[in-house]
Amino acid sequence: MTALAPAAFQQANIDYLAVLPLLIVFGTALVGVLVEAFMPRTHRHTVQATIAVVGLVLGFVGVIIATGHQGLTMGFADGATGRRLFSLAIDGPALFMQGSIVLLGILGILTMAERFGGVGSDAFTPSGASTPGSAIEAASTRAGLITSEVFPLTIFAIGGMMLFPTVNDLIGMFVALEVLSLPLYILSGLARRRRLLSQEAALKYFLLGAFSSAFFLFGTALLYGYAGSVYFPDLSAAITQNQLGLNPLLLGGAFLVFVGLLFKVNSVPFHGWTPDVYQGAPSPVTGFMAACTKAAAFGAILRLAYVGLDTAAWQWQNGVIIVAVLTMIVGSVLSVAQTDMKRLLAYSSIAHAGFILVGVLSFDRSGVSSVLFYVVTYGFSIIAAFALVTLVRQDGGEATHLSQWAGLGKKHPIVAGTMAFLMLAFAGIPLTSGFVAKFAVFAAAIHAGGSTGLALVIIGAACSAITVFVYARVIVLMFFSEPADDSVEVVIPSAAMTFSIAIGTLVTLALGIVPASLLDLADRASQFVR
Amino acid sequence: MSQMSSVPWLTLLIVIPAVGSLLVAVLPGPAEQAKRLAFGVSLVTLAVGIVAATQFDRSSPAQFQLAEQHAWIPQFGVNYALGVDGIALILILMSLVLTPVCLLAAWHDVEDEGDGGRRVKAYYGLLLSLVPFMVGVFSATDVFLFYILFEAMLVPIYFLIGRFGGPRRQYASMKFLLFGLAGGLVMLVAVIALYLQGPGGTDGFLISKLTGLSIDPTTERLLWLGFFVAFAIKAPMVPVHTWLPDAATEATPATATLLVGVLDKVGTFGMIRFCLQLFPEANAWATPVVVVLAVISVIYGALLAIGQTDMMRLIAFTSISHFGFIVLGIFALTNTSTAGAALYMLNHGFATAGLFLFAAMFIKRRGSKRIPDFGGWQRVTPGIAGAFLVAGLSTLALPGLSSFVSEFLVMVGAFGVFPAGTVIACLVIILASMYILLWYKRVMTGPKPEGLSHIKDWSVREKWVAAPLIGFFVVFGLFPKPALDVINPAVDKTLSYVQANPATLAEGSTK
Repeated sequence: MTALAPAAFQQANIDYLAVLPLLIVFGTALVGVLVEAFMPRTHRHTVQATIAVVGLVLGFVGVIIATGHQGLTMGFADGATGRRLFSLAIDGPALFMQGSIVLLGILGILTMAERFGGVGSDAFTPSGASTPGSAIEAASTRAGLITSEVFPLTIFAIGGMMLFPTVNDLIGMFVALEVLSLPLYILSGLARRRRLLSQEAALKYFLLGAFSSAFFLFGTALLYGYAGSVYFPDLSAAITQNQLGLNPLLLGGAFLVFVGLLFKVNSVPFHGWTPDVYQGAPSPVTGFMAACTKAAAFGAILRLAYVGLDTAAWQWQNGVIIVAVLTMIVGSVLSVAQTDMKRLLAYSSIAHAGFILVGVLSFDRSGVSSVLFYVVTYGFSIIAAFALVTLVRQDGGEATHLSQWAGLGKKHPIVAGTMAFLMLAFAGIPLTSGFVAKFAVFAAAIHAGGSTGLALVIIGAACSAITVFVYARVIVLMFFSEPADDSVEVVIPSAAMTFSIAIGTLVTLALGIVPASLLDLADRASQFVR
Repeated sequence: MSQMSSVPWLTLLIVIPAVGSLLVAVLPGPAEQAKRLAFGVSLVTLAVGIVAATQFDRSSPAQFQLAEQHAWIPQFGVNYALGVDGIALILILMSLVLTPVCLLAAWHDVEDEGDGGRRVKAYYGLLLSLVPFMVGVFSATDVFLFYILFEAMLVPIYFLIGRFGGPRRQYASMKFLLFGLAGGLVMLVAVIALYLQGPGGTDGFLISKLTGLSIDPTTERLLWLGFFVAFAIKAPMVPVHTWLPDAATEATPATATLLVGVLDKVGTFGMIRFCLQLFPEANAWATPVVVVLAVISVIYGALLAIGQTDMMRLIAFTSISHFGFIVLGIFALTNTSTAGAALYMLNHGFATAGLFLFAAMFIKRRGSKRIPDFGGWQRVTPGIAGAFLVAGLSTLALPGLSSFVSEFLVMVGAFGVFPAGTVIACLVIILASMYILLWYKRVMTGPKPEGLSHIKDWSVREKWVAAPLIGFFVVFGLFPKPALDVINPAVDKTLSYVQANPATLAEGSTK
């Protein structure tokens, strides 16, 4: 099959109200760049943070407006061949993910903006380009330099994340992947303390991320060779028409494209970067990444699996089943051995990716809605958890070693209690959102996934039991142990960060007790347009 | 199948202690005041429970009474649905009576550490927070709701053991949580799969919708297994009992009482409510194995109890033995034995409370849980010794005290079905006398120990702890009819589901 060029130039149809949220968010990022260039340093932090939050709030309004304009856009229907070449699919899953990413992004920005009484953001180095421990670094700290460019960078990443589950073709998906990844590479390397670790994390993330992007692009080329088009509906149709069985182009292409996407959700065996990056990156950035990147990437995986390659599911699903099993097992087993809070949460994030993949593999509408629900609930919990990590300090720096958390419940019952509650949510204990989410993906897998689904759920339940040990151990440390070191303290967060933690925790509680309305929303949003 | 109630009695029984426990934990003020508040709330809850019980109609044809139902998570087919039959009602009343008793007994369990009573408030708040779970889990008529409460109630106990327990509390609390959750997760898979077998829809998790399904035999057996494993761990039965001695030893006496006396009953209660009612065919298929395990539990628990030197551990092993008896009664599936098992649950709750709480009184005075550290204490604390003897005699099922009636009913009912198993289990009458009387002899009899003249016999508070328990042993030992009158219709109803299923007889006889 050869690619058919349109007979004559055709103007693309764009429904501007449908892409309004994307326009607003990218516009906000550009404004942020201008502010960075022209605003005096004294007010820059406040102004940038305010612009970012306002922009995201407007972006959420945009998402609500866009719900009235669902459908394919940014392209045209080719009259000669009957093909519908649209780059963006503004549909339920896309808008649901966009809305979630924007809301989670607001919480992420609020935690990043925390100053703890300093000039700029506490989590970020004043001078990212200087060598750690060098004279230049010391001088820039003394000069009161700030890294307020993190805000536009984050907004760019959020824009890319919103685009990621929305695009309807492989090239667009690649562009979105890069737009969301590049700012994250930079943000990972900007930690104020333990900068070598942070820079190492950034480099690792960048190199491995570049590899995965290359895989994705190579896969795109192979799929184009197979189908003669990069648009998902064309891809799906081409697979239906070619009854030639196992086509190496299709299989290789699907494999490589999935590698690129599975890398982003920390699934095993593409997870190697996760613990290092989660540990090295500034904690607010880690929380933001864990919540939003995961949401965006699962949105993209859903679209690829349910719209683009749905007709070839029997050819690639075994590979993804293996990945899901490995992800659950490796994530939960290795989390047992962790001694660092951030690494523990990283492995926990890997295990959760496995549980979400179980929902993806149900190949059913209920699977889509369960995945949508899961990423939202997990996002709110994990942002709050990483925000809490930034509060526990020893000698000015974050106390991330687990032994430093011993006996925290005695001196700081509220911080420790909140963390314990979030741990119970990660463990999937009933009356937290984590349980409802886990139930939703497991139920979808059993209802629609047949015996494979049942097997995945049994493995998932066993892995959940393992992870319970991990989270319970943290609770044991915080509440049932004596404090090891008196110098561990909890810093008092500003109103913005308190808000972020409180919302994350309250959502975790509320979705555990009254999840019906969000489940209903996810259910109504679970239909893809083609 | 259920009879709606105009007043949401069961919800009241959940909301009052839930709000109360929050208030106890957060209200400022001295610790003493928080204790009084908790005790008051538990009494109010008991009063409401008694009023609710008067609304219960023994002759009603409906399976569940005082019923409430509200849509909760329609996407999953989940309702907030409550309702009680006779078995659930007596278990709820037992919980409501034991809670104030335990709160009173726990008065000096946790010392004020100069932190504004925060620790004491947390302890009392957590103890009181068990009540909503106990009421909810016995009255849930929606499988999903039951599951949620079944799992969530692990958390407060986990904190109660881990924060306020003995020296090995970290180990014990972790073991407790992992056993409980492992069983729960197995059950979770079965819960999801069960919904798929039912009619589905927005109320597909209601017990009434899931009763009398015709499920493919293999599936039904797997589902049965999923539920049974969780209940066997909770109950606990050999070989998944090992968490109980650790948890009971490390927990404070009040926690141990509510854990062993009430919350573990969820296991045996669940067997009646779910294994029997929902999967009659699979139940018949599995009965031989279950009965063997039950008989092993009976004997093994009793033998190990004889060998213990730690008193709390001893009580835990006697409970494993008694739980074996309860399971035997349930799975014999005769009206007599199942009613006996249900009554046994009630009696065991009080008997265990007596053993734990009375033993705790002299353990506290001596500062040791080890039997060899005692001797001659009936001359030191004659009152406590007497109360302890009554609780012990009730535990070993002395005729005239409450446990005798239930143990007798189980044996009579089970003998016709499993003569060999019942005869072996009967040996426990001798073993029970040994573990109780040897214990009493070693601790209480003998010459008066030296240097203990400063130790006083029980205080007024402790007498109030003892009064309801002793009263129960005697009254229900001589006159168990009120409880049996409430239990019997519920047992008949449940067994009618087992026998109504034609597959039970056909499959059961051929395989």
